[in-house]
Amino acid sequence: MPETSTYAKAVAAALRLLLEKDERVFLAGEDIGVYGGAFGVTDGLLGEFGADRIRDTPISEDAIAGLAVGASITGLRPVVEMQFSDFIVNAMDAIVNQAAKLHFMYGGNVEVPMVIRAPGGGGTGAAAQHSQSLEAWFAHVPGLKVVLPATVQDAHDLLLAAVLDPNPVIVLEHKLLYKSEGELEVRSRIEDTPARLGEAKVLRPGTDLTMVGYSMMTIRSLEAAEVLAEEGISAEVIDLRSVRPLDISTVRNSVRKTGRLLVTHEAPGPVGVAAEVLAGVVESDAFDYLLAPARRVCGLDVPMPYARDLERAVIPQSEQLVDAARELMKA
Amino acid sequence: MPRRDPTTPTGARSVLESMWTIRRFEEGLEELFTRGLLHGTMHLSIGQEAVAEGTCAALEDGDLITSTHRGHGHTLAHGADPMLMMAELLMKDTGYCRGRGGSMHIADVARGNLGANGIVAGSMTIAAGAALTQKLTGSGAVVVCFFGDGAANEGSFHEALNLSGVWDLPVVWLCENNQYGMSMSQDQSTAGGSVSGRASAYGMPGLVADGNDVTDVWSKVAEAADRARSGAGPTLVEAITYRYRGHSKSDRNLYRTADEIEDWRNLRDPLARFEGQAVEAGLLQPSDVDAAREAAKAAIRDAIAEAYRQPDATAHDLEEAAYA
Repeated sequence: MPETSTYAKAVAAALRLLLEKDERVFLAGEDIGVYGGAFGVTDGLLGEFGADRIRDTPISEDAIAGLAVGASITGLRPVVEMQFSDFIVNAMDAIVNQAAKLHFMYGGNVEVPMVIRAPGGGGTGAAAQHSQSLEAWFAHVPGLKVVLPATVQDAHDLLLAAVLDPNPVIVLEHKLLYKSEGELEVRSRIEDTPARLGEAKVLRPGTDLTMVGYSMMTIRSLEAAEVLAEEGISAEVIDLRSVRPLDISTVRNSVRKTGRLLVTHEAPGPVGVAAEVLAGVVESDAFDYLLAPARRVCGLDVPMPYARDLERAVIPQSEQLVDAARELMKA
Repeated sequence: MPRRDPTTPTGARSVLESMWTIRRFEEGLEELFTRGLLHGTMHLSIGQEAVAEGTCAALEDGDLITSTHRGHGHTLAHGADPMLMMAELLMKDTGYCRGRGGSMHIADVARGNLGANGIVAGSMTIAAGAALTQKLTGSGAVVVCFFGDGAANEGSFHEALNLSGVWDLPVVWLCENNQYGMSMSQDQSTAGGSVSGRASAYGMPGLVADGNDVTDVWSKVAEAADRARSGAGPTLVEAITYRYRGHSKSDRNLYRTADEIEDWRNLRDPLARFEGQAVEAGLLQPSDVDAAREAAKAAIRDAIAEAYRQPDATAHDLEEAAYA
């Protein structure tokens, strides 16, 4: 039976299910035990599952990622937490040179079924080193998968799917979404998750315009679509859910229907995921259906500032999406 | 492979043949490289065979290793098939990595080799994770992480040693100190003067072994592995050795003298030393020594011939190969 849950509790329920049903699963990360995690996601798990499986680590991000590689290639299913996604940069060797490469460069001799969870995104006043959206970095690396749940149910289902996957998966949770509420059906078995990595979802059907986003910007796209509906503009909202693999066919199908495309993310635009989405459209016949040049609404191309108004100026807001959609409709 | 004790006649015979196999394998590679039959570069461990063999001979069935860019010796000593290694280097589809890895990336997971790594210190946190698996599953196995003196100045070294210390992981940190990180000598690169001296900072014993004496390496690693297996935690073993060849094929040896190289080769060669010791101790007869040399030579000759006959690696399924 569905219940109302927060996004954070939906993640926690997935972790609990994984720990209950699969003895190979363990968690490791900074302050995930007694403290309960910097955002409270792992609160209580130490008491339920013990210190062997809920492992507080030293402040050593490289070691956290590396131990996940080593544990996964020897048969365990580590789900490790990076306290802020920005800190993953300390672990790039373990992720990019090791986790992503071993299966390929060892000729298929090993599998690396590890999951890294990390809170990303801005809006919390945490400034330049605690607010980034680094998904495009990881999405550029063959061998990695990159998942960004936007909804409460997906926070649960995509994490289960990530652990079922035999490859290294980075799950970027958005800090502003942790307290968001929605309906959650807690799965009774891990494999009951209906989510598949690389499958986008149409969250709101529409006919005039295709809005593509992920994570927090999916929520802002839904808000914008609501406003646009009042003006008689029917926007279709696609939640990408994962940026690698990227479900470009769902986007193309929508563009063939609507003829207008608006892609948004919080990360800066240049060399970002939105550029890849646009390329995926113009490289296909969906390009022929465009009635107007496609548009991106992305974060300003600067580090995240601290002050509220400055931060707001850097992160795309739903009003900007509405404005961009109106412009597109004029064409 | 089961533990092979170089102080017994059977063990000595096996250890000697293994060291000769490593040397002949790498000499064979050099010849293939000179003839233009290999692609890329390679890092030879000629002169360092006692570290690889002394370490792996001290392990038990089921124990695991991680290896480095200079890993042919570790891989062979831990039981890899030289033919499949040669096939990999000769770019064959049946090589260990199907032509995708080459010299620096040979893994033989079935025999407990979790893989060679081209990133200096890249395998250290991986070894910690593999050791955590042994601890959590109660397998009783031990992980040996080979790394070079250069790796001791990477951040991963410190993170991995610290983690293994606070978690009492069943791991042996095996520093193969050949005294140069590419061209930079240990004197210039390593504050405090030794790698083993850093062990105390992480709450573990630091042992020094004569890396050109296979029996000394074997006994120090056996002590460290037994300690890890008993649940007492990690040990850092620093084996002092020397590489005769350059860092890789581009090395002109500008940072050391010919005299230094000749000195190590003539006075401290690990194979000649062990042959002398074993014969003197009555463990081996001169005829046993000849037989070990011949067996290694024949094994490598056959491996190269067989590897040549393997089908070439192909690109047809590359795009599906990045993901499991």
